[in-house]
Parts: sequence; C-alpha cells; structure tokens
Amino acid sequence: MSELTGMTAAQLAGLIAAGDTSAVEVTRAHLDRIAGVDERVHAYLHVDADGALAAAQAVDTARAAGQPLGPLAGVPIAVKDVVTTKGVPTTAGSKILDGWRPPYDATIVARLRAAGMPILGKTNMDEFAMGSSTEYSAYGPTYNPWDLTRIPGGSGGGSAAAVAGYEAPLAIGTDTGGSIRQPGAVTGTVGAKPTYGGTSRYGLIAFSSSLDTPGPCARTVLDAAMLHEAIAGHDPRDSTSIPAAVPPVVEAARAGASGDLTGVRLGLVTQFATGEGVEPGVLAAFRDAVDALTKLGAEVVEVSCPHFDYALPAYYLIAPSECSSNLARYDGVRYGLRSGDDGNRSLEEVMSLTRDQGFGPEVKRRIMLGTYALSSGYYDAYYGQAQKVRTLITRDFTAAFEQVDVLISPTTPFVAFPLGARTADPYQMYLADLFTIPTNLYGGPAISVPCGLADGLPVGLQVMAPTMADDRMYRVAAALESAVGTLTPPEL
Amino acid sequence: MSTTALPTYEDVVARYEPVIGLETHVELGTNTKMFCGCPTGFGAEPNTQVCPVCLGLPGSLPVANKAAIEATIRIGLALNCSIADWCRFARKNYFYPDMPKNYQISQYDEPLCVDGWLDVEVDGELVRIGIERVHLEEDTGKTLHVGGATGRIHGATESLVDYNRAGIPLVEIVTKPIPGTGDRAPQVARAYVTELRDVIRSLGVSDVRMEQGSLRCDVNTSLTPVGQTEWGTRTETKNVNSLRSVERAVRAEMLRQASVLDTGGRIVQETRHFHEDSGDTTSGRSKETATDYRYFPEPDLVPLAPDAAWVAELKAALPELPRVHRKRLQEQWGLTDHDMQSVVNAGAVELIEQTIVAGTTPAGARKWWLGELARRANESGAELTALGVTPAHVAELQGLVDSGKLNDKLARTVLEAVAAGEGTPTEVMTAKGLGVVSDTGALTAAVDEAIAANPDIAAKVRDGKVAAAGALVGAVMKTTKGQADARTVRELILSRLGAQG
Amino acid sequence: MAAISREEVAHLARLSRLAVTEDELATFAGQLDVILQSVARIGEVAADDIPPTSHSVPLTNVLRDDVVVPGLDRDAALAAAPDAEDGRFRVPRILDEEV
Repeated sequence: MSELTGMTAAQLAGLIAAGDTSAVEVTRAHLDRIAGVDERVHAYLHVDADGALAAAQAVDTARAAGQPLGPLAGVPIAVKDVVTTKGVPTTAGSKILDGWRPPYDATIVARLRAAGMPILGKTNMDEFAMGSSTEYSAYGPTYNPWDLTRIPGGSGGGSAAAVAGYEAPLAIGTDTGGSIRQPGAVTGTVGAKPTYGGTSRYGLIAFSSSLDTPGPCARTVLDAAMLHEAIAGHDPRDSTSIPAAVPPVVEAARAGASGDLTGVRLGLVTQFATGEGVEPGVLAAFRDAVDALTKLGAEVVEVSCPHFDYALPAYYLIAPSECSSNLARYDGVRYGLRSGDDGNRSLEEVMSLTRDQGFGPEVKRRIMLGTYALSSGYYDAYYGQAQKVRTLITRDFTAAFEQVDVLISPTTPFVAFPLGARTADPYQMYLADLFTIPTNLYGGPAISVPCGLADGLPVGLQVMAPTMADDRMYRVAAALESAVGTLTPPEL
Repeated sequence: MSTTALPTYEDVVARYEPVIGLETHVELGTNTKMFCGCPTGFGAEPNTQVCPVCLGLPGSLPVANKAAIEATIRIGLALNCSIADWCRFARKNYFYPDMPKNYQISQYDEPLCVDGWLDVEVDGELVRIGIERVHLEEDTGKTLHVGGATGRIHGATESLVDYNRAGIPLVEIVTKPIPGTGDRAPQVARAYVTELRDVIRSLGVSDVRMEQGSLRCDVNTSLTPVGQTEWGTRTETKNVNSLRSVERAVRAEMLRQASVLDTGGRIVQETRHFHEDSGDTTSGRSKETATDYRYFPEPDLVPLAPDAAWVAELKAALPELPRVHRKRLQEQWGLTDHDMQSVVNAGAVELIEQTIVAGTTPAGARKWWLGELARRANESGAELTALGVTPAHVAELQGLVDSGKLNDKLARTVLEAVAAGEGTPTEVMTAKGLGVVSDTGALTAAVDEAIAANPDIAAKVRDGKVAAAGALVGAVMKTTKGQADARTVRELILSRLGAQG
Repeated sequence: MAAISREEVAHLARLSRLAVTEDELATFAGQLDVILQSVARIGEVAADDIPPTSHSVPLTNVLRDDVVVPGLDRDAALAAAPDAEDGRFRVPRILDEEV
C-alpha cells in the first residue's frame, strides 16, 4: 500500500480539504493498489476507473472554485454489487444478472455521489447476499488479505477484503443476517449494521426485505461513523425508511475515542457466553476484550436472552421465504439472462431453464426452502411460527436493554476458515451467523470491531444497541478501539 | 358429446336453486399508479409510462398512493362496510409475464373494508346483496398474443408485453354468496353490477366502463338440487364484458350445469370463458387444485391504519346512493316508474339533471334528451354524452324556444349545427340567421303575398272556414323559410281577412 | 417433522420455476431435509398467543401524494430486454391461461 492507501478516510478527507493532496491523486492511488493486488484478492467484480476519476476531478474543481465540500468529499469508496449503480454493471454476484446495467442509482449511491465520493467499483459477494464466505459468488470467491487461502466472510466478503487490503478506505455493505459484521470480524475491519430502516433500501437488490440493511465497512470506527452519516436518513422512495433524524454517530465515535466508558453497562448474552460451538481462540480474544472494556470503566453483567437460541432457525425460515418471492422476478423476460429460447420452447420452459442456469445451488436451496415454508399447510408451522419467534426475540432485546445499555458478544464463532471448509454441508455455513442474526430479527443496530487475534487471524467483538440508538454502539466500539488499536494484515 | 336437448330455463329453475356470487375489479381513475408516480392516462405508446418500480427492476420498492386508499375507503363506506382500523398489504405469488415481480401486491386476510351490503332493485323489489370484502391491489400489464387465430393464447407463437397498465390501482369487490334468487338470478346479477357501477361513478373515483375495462366482472355460479342443503360446486366465468353479458353468462351457466347434473355428471370447479357471440361458456383452466399463492404480509409496505376521524369525515361526505337519488328525481320530475325507467335506460338521468340546473323544466329537458338527442345517439351509435351537445346547450336552446325566438323545427336545425361544433345555440342562430321572424311588418308582406296567390283559400277563410287558414300559414312558412312564428302568421292572416280565429 | 421427499422437492422446483435435474433433486432433498429438521426447533417455543412480527419498524400509513413523477423513457425500459419487438418485451409462447 502507498502512503495514501494506508490512511483512514478521515485523514484523506482532511488532506483533500486542506489541499495537501488532490481527490484525483487519492483515487489514482487506490486504482493503482487495485491493479496491483486484486488479481490475488478478487475483491472487485468491476472497476470503474473513468467514473471514479471523473468524480474525483469534479471534487478538485469544486474545491478550486471555493465551493464548500462535504466531510468525505474526494474519499473513494467501493460498493457491494448488490446495490444499483446507474450505467455500471450490477450483478448481485449472480450469473442471472451478468452484464445488467441498472438505469437508476440506489438512493445511498446518489448520496455518495452528492457527497463527492468517487465510486471505485463494485465488490464481490455471495450470490444475492446469501452466504457467509463469498464462496457462493457466481464469479469466483474473494480471498482474505490476512491469508489468501481463507475466506473473507460473507455475503459481503468483497467489501471487507477491499477495505482490509487497502484497495478502498471505505466500502458499502449490506447486512441481512450478519453480512457486514461477520466479514468485518474475519478481516479485522469495522463493519456496522445500522438500525433497520435507518439506511434506504431503494436500489438495494432485495434478498430478505424485512431484514436487509445497507451499512458502512471501514478500517476505523470513526470512518464507519462518517460513512454512516453520509448515507443514512429518511428516503420517501422506501416505505420502511425511518423518518427520524440520523443518530449522532460521528459525535459518539469521537466521544468513545476518549476511552472512557464510566457508567456504561454492557450486557453479556448468557446464551452466547457458554462457548459452545465457538473456537477457543475466538473466545479467548473476546474475553480479553471484555477485560479491556471493564478497564475503561464499563460494567459487565450477564443478561439472559432465552429466545436467541431460536434466532438461527427463525432466520432460516423468514429470509428464504422472503427471498423466494423477491427472486421470482428473475425470469428472463425484462432483463438479465435468458436461456434456452430456441423458438420451440414455451415461456414456462425458458423461465425454468433460465433460473436453473442463472442461479447457484445456495440460492436454489433457499428459494425452495422459502417456497416450502410459505406453502398452504406449512405456513403456520414454519413462516408463521418464525414470525412469532421474532416477537419473542424482540421482547428479549427490549427486556435486556432495560438492564444494560448495549449487548456484547463475539461477532462470529470462527475465525476465517479455509476455502471449501464449510461448503459440503450448508448448515455448517449457517452457523457463522449464530451471533449476528438475533439483532437482524429485532431490527436493532450492531457493529463488529476488531478486538484481537487468534492464531494470527482477526477476531471481532460485536456491540448491539437498541433500535435508533446507533450512536451508543459507536461509542463503545470507539472506546474498545482506543484500547486495543486497529489490526494490520501482513503485506500482500 | 351427445346431442341431448338442453332443459328449458323454466325447467331448470324448478328443479335447481342457483347460488351466485360476483367479483368485480374497478380501475381507479387516480393520476398515478398504485405504488409509483407513473401516469395512468390511456392510449400511450407501449412501455412509455413505466419506471423501475412498476417494471419490478431489481432494487425497486413500492410506495402506496394516498388517493387510491381514500377512494377504496369511500367505496367501502358507500357499500356499508366496516373499515379496518389496521391492515396490511400481502404478496400473491405466481408467475406470469404481465406481472413484473411475479407477485402481485394485494390484500389477503386483512382487506381494507369488510362485511357490507348493497340493495338493488329487481322487478320493483329490493334485494340485499351482501358484500364480503373490498380490497386494494395493483393491475397487471397487457399481453398481446401473436400468431394464433383468435388473438388468444391458444395457437400463439409468441407474446408481446406492455407494462403501461402494470401497477394501476385496482379495487376488488367480492359479494357474499347470493342464494334465494330463483329464476331471477341472472337479473339480480345484472342489477347488482349496474347499481355497483352507478354507486362507484357517483363517488367520482372511476369511469367504471365495462367496455373499456375499468369495470371487470367475474361471475360465480352454482346449482343446488331443490331439497338439498349443501350448495353445489361453483364455477367462475370470466370475459364478461357488458351488463348484458352478466345476465347471459349466469343464465348460460345455469343451463349448462343443469344439463351436466341431469345426466349424472359432476360439475368441475373451474374457470370458464364467456363468449359474446354464442352466449356460451367454455372451459378455461381447471381449478381442481386451487393455486397456492403462498400469501404473506408485504414486507416492503407498512400497515395501513386509517384514522377514525378521517373515515367518519369521508362517510359524512358520501353522495346520495344513486337508487335513492333517482327515486327523489322521479318524484321531483313527476314521472311514472315506466317513464323514469326510460330515462335511466337512455343513460340520461345526469344529463337531464344538469340541464335543469342550467335553467329548463324537467319536461323541457326530457323532451330533448329522450327525443331528438336520443334519436341521434341511436343513429350514430354514440353515447348521449358524446354527441357534442351539453346540458347548457340544451337549456339555452329550450330558452330560445320558450322566448319565441325559435320554434321547434328551427331549434332542431340549430341543434344539428351545435352538435357539429359550430358554437352555442345563440351563436348558431345568429350566424345562420335562423331566428323566428315575428316582426309583423315583415310578415305582413309575406301574408299579403300568400293571400294574393291563393284567392280561393282566402275566400273560404273570409266565409268563416277558419281551418282553411292553415294552408295559407303553410305558404307563408315556405316563403319565410320556416322562420316565421306560425301562430303570429295565423293571427295576421285571420285579421287580414277579417275573420275570427 | 417428516423428511422432505424427492417428489416434494420436484414440486417445489416446479412452483418456483426451477428446472432442477434428477441429480440435483437428490442432493437438494437431502440438504433441505437437514435444514428443515434443524429449523423445526422453532416449534418448541410455545407461541399460540404471541402476535407475529412482520415489520420491525413501528411505522404505519406511509403514503405518497397522487402526483406524477418522471419515470424511464422507453429506450431505458427496454435497454436490458433479452428480446424486444415494436416497443414491447417479446416472450415465447405462453402455455398457461391467465389466472
């Protein structure tokens, strides 16, 4: 990495604003970095050098003309390929959208552009955001910059790897069951899931509509907070968008950086603290981090959330159900892949062939699972029951937050595992989301912040906050960061 | 298939009790679609009124149209329904190319309005039709089937899809099953759709024109053998595109089902297609195994919780029911039931109302709309409202007749020109010089001319045969090109000839 | 809970318009069976009187005014169409009658 690519977004923004470097230089430095390492990392599916440089130039021109710049103006960013970017290929990691160029920008992309942030390109992901390792991408996996034989997490492995490998200072991810946080944990970066509805889903290619949440990926808590503020806020195009003001996350991150957590009560989820199913190294790093937080003045108490044990099964009913419906539109009629249209086949046959060839096995599994769970005769036992469990989990959170300010847990039970280690048995892959899923079902915000290493691989600590209290988690995360520092992967 | 003669209708209703049900879809006349801001006007080039939302592009999201919700609530209130205090949209999942998302956003077990009724008049009696539910959903696009003989799916080699209509707000109104109508089942069905149409039109929320598709009707029919308590299997009949077809479809299905049951057959629960030309129904797709739509609450839309005070306001502001309104007008206009029915059949109620507002008497308004204008409408096949003549025109015209400026014959000439777009009655009358000449000076010359030209007739009149003056009046009318006031002319003639008239 | 059979999987594939091969059927049946057995645990939670949660945001009545907003022009709408003719999306012959 160069001097510029090694900096934080906050630092880069400052340099650009002060005129010490140009936006074009910063973007070029990152494009060079991408050219140098991405063949090995494969974080990017598409690099838009021209678009990024043009946007950077516009910032430099504005600055020269004395126009006011936003807080992240000129800082380049990578965007997970599940978010629409006008005129730029958007695949959702799937063959079925190979080559599709959206005719419109997602709202959060429009906000990035308005903020003067050049978009370097689109990052790799598990197909349609379904997965925990990015191995289900139809375009080949992404490799963890910490160890290229290992996965970078998923579904947003590309965004996390890009940030971890200095190919971008910031990235946009989306989190449905942990797809920002878990990659953040296994790549030693910061990944935050805002309160559901806090960031607009307009232009986010839907996987599970009641859970999907766009959010920031960065190397520091402050960077994540700044990106959070740049994209969050009400969007009239999204009916589930929260009309309230964005929580003051940057302020909270700065406050947390002072390292003082006096009076803050941290809840250790009993059900997650047993260590069952968690690698010993992860548990050890987590416990060390809890000690560090205590030294900063925080009080740690155990809180029981009895229904969290049912979160994983509930999620693997709700998410596939919604996805089976959301993915029905990919039928070869209006856009994307169309297979087998030889002039003889019927539309029904062409649709079926298109979808069979265009979707990978994990997507197909979940579509069928979801179709099953919604079927008449099975709805009450599966989907209906899962929605009730969701209520129970929400009640657990509400009760917990009457006792503590935030909940903490390891982000994920395992460090980055080797490629291929969990693809034989789908359910083994699902276990990676054990700790991240409950908060998606509740709709609350959560963040993963690096807390240490286990066998040389990053471990993340997760902070979960009440809905709309995103600032609380940033404060705690920033405080931990001030104590343990950030992690730097080995040279690529 | 054997050629057993079908039973007669009278025979059928003697042995079977029909149970009918109607499902109607109403296209709302909002400015924009149900879930996006695309315009809804007719006749646009294909795929020019679309956006990421109604095309179902990846990443798009729906946002509900406030006016559509208000219209639906008003329809529910007019049908005496209870309005839900909390309800959600739901996804109805199935694959079809005219549905961009391959699911339709609709409502399932939480409709916006439930449990109402509509009273309809059949043969002078009021029949109460129960309304099960009124809910809101989005319409599909339009598919053109190419290559087949009839333009329908069978035999088509390809189809072409236009999404301009995808996403138009659609209100679905479902009746409760309607038993006990006996031989009047077809008329009851027709009367219900007619009255429903009029109610919705009176709310101003839709054009409700069956021939244009803004009012669509599916008819459910079943027969129960007399004496049996359990209702028979019902069929659903689609492609019922006019009020007359509603009546014919019910009747046709009753006859068909009877002949099946008579020969020991079983009614297949299915969707049937009504044919205008033959008046028959044919089998569509079998509904033996009902399609599982896998409904679940729409996660992209938040629940609707209509404010009770707002609903009360809407209810208070409802217009009078058309049926009640018509009764009141009939009384005001002093018409018999038969005469009022003629007015209704001619589709002239509103027009006459508006003409009266513009200044005529009921009789005067009726004379024109049911007379000359109805004749023109029948001849040209156009609707009364499409003749180029407004109630204001008619009122003005009659006013000119009342004030003696025009006689009836001249008025008809003026009317023709008005219909042709040449201006208002006064403008046309002035431009064409069609006003009645009642200036006695000018007329005297014409009268004297006629008398001089017809000495024999003049003599008869002098002798007291006053009736003979008619021929002289005719002569004067001829020379004045009909622009003389006949009565004035007659008086002049008589006074000229020293006779008493 | 009962295991999910190959026939059921084939039915699901048809419902979801997935032309799954014979080999895939066997594999999927096995995998779906494992998943279903694992998720069946949610039945353990007594939840008869618990209301289901469909939305985690407590919002209601999010509506928009009935005002026209510019959409896509026809070229943009058809740009990604696999097959288009006369301004319309072209599809091969449809078997099913409209529902």
